[in-house]
Amino acid sequence: MDEIIDQWQEQMQEEKGELFFQYMSSEVVDKTSRQFAELMTSNLLESETINEEKLTDFAEKVVRFSWSIKFVNKAIDRFGQIAFNILIEEKVIHTSEIKAYMDIYFEWINPLRDSIVEAYSIEWERTVNLQKIALQELSASLIPVFEKISVMPLVGTIDTERAKLIMENLLEGVVKQRSEVVLLDITGVPVVDTMVAHHIIQAADAVRLIGAKCMLVGIRPEIAQTIVTLGIDLNDFTTTSTLQRGMQEALKLTNRKIVEGESL
Amino acid sequence: MDYRSSVEIYTEWDIVAARQLGRNEARKIGFGTVDQARITTAISELARNIYLYAGKGKIEIERLYENGVFGILIIASDQGPGIADMRKVMSDGFTTSGGLGAGMPGVRRLMDEFNVESELNVGTTITAVKWLR
Repeated sequence: MDEIIDQWQEQMQEEKGELFFQYMSSEVVDKTSRQFAELMTSNLLESETINEEKLTDFAEKVVRFSWSIKFVNKAIDRFGQIAFNILIEEKVIHTSEIKAYMDIYFEWINPLRDSIVEAYSIEWERTVNLQKIALQELSASLIPVFEKISVMPLVGTIDTERAKLIMENLLEGVVKQRSEVVLLDITGVPVVDTMVAHHIIQAADAVRLIGAKCMLVGIRPEIAQTIVTLGIDLNDFTTTSTLQRGMQEALKLTNRKIVEGESL
Repeated sequence: MDYRSSVEIYTEWDIVAARQLGRNEARKIGFGTVDQARITTAISELARNIYLYAGKGKIEIERLYENGVFGILIIASDQGPGIADMRKVMSDGFTTSGGLGAGMPGVRRLMDEFNVESELNVGTTITAVKWLR
């Protein structure tokens, strides 16, 4: 058995070009390879079933090292190959028994491979879901700034899903906060194409329907130019370059202004 | 200078990937922020059209160098339904998806060169070029 592990390690070292081993100390590599080898053989020697706990443990580790699934797959293949070769050399199995051996081999390798692939996809799904949640947390809350005035800062890419969320939060917030003027700040939106503009216009229309006014602020110069070139009509909007100017406008609309206080 | 990179468009997020690629390339070529915004917006429109109308397709970005001038070439191709009425599509305000109808004519204005080849039920290929001035 040790012979298999040694040979396998040697061969996998050659794969080092695959960049994964380079960044880790040989100690870690050695330990991980041993663990892998043990895992490979455990279900062969100890029991019929794969040691679930060990497997998940290992899969997690591998995912953390961000080894590619291709690499791990190759490792499994190599291991099987070497084991096969050694068994033939040692004359443990004979060519006449290959069919029987192959059956055992597949029964041995396939569940292992399945579990590793599954562990990977679970890990990936988890990551994607977490990122989705993180992104949703980022998006679109309506912030009351003054009485009757609220701001919604938009940051990042706006896709259909987020556009819906923005609309909902906007309308709900306007009603709840009794806003009369809402400032949509697009400073943090990287690209304003026709779809984004369309969603913004729709949101503004909806806000108007429930009796408030929507202003578009934070329009960067390059965004202004592309909006004009695209031929998007924003004439129904009050628009300003910065949130600050927008706020002044909003105060004016609600018949207020900020004055400097006299020093005491 | 034969340098082409591409992004397959399957989901809405691939649109983001495509324009990120375009923005990086445009920056590397030396376009200013305004032109970068134009190029990324154009890619965004083209990629969204693929996503909306064809379902899947491809955005390719290529660096150009002709007569001492650098430029960027965008190729948007799909095997979708094709464009039925080219004149309508290229006019402002025409839309079949409830959008603004500014995408295609907008892209033509955003870029320096613009060409559409489309055949019904075969697919559409759009090429657009922006030169560095």
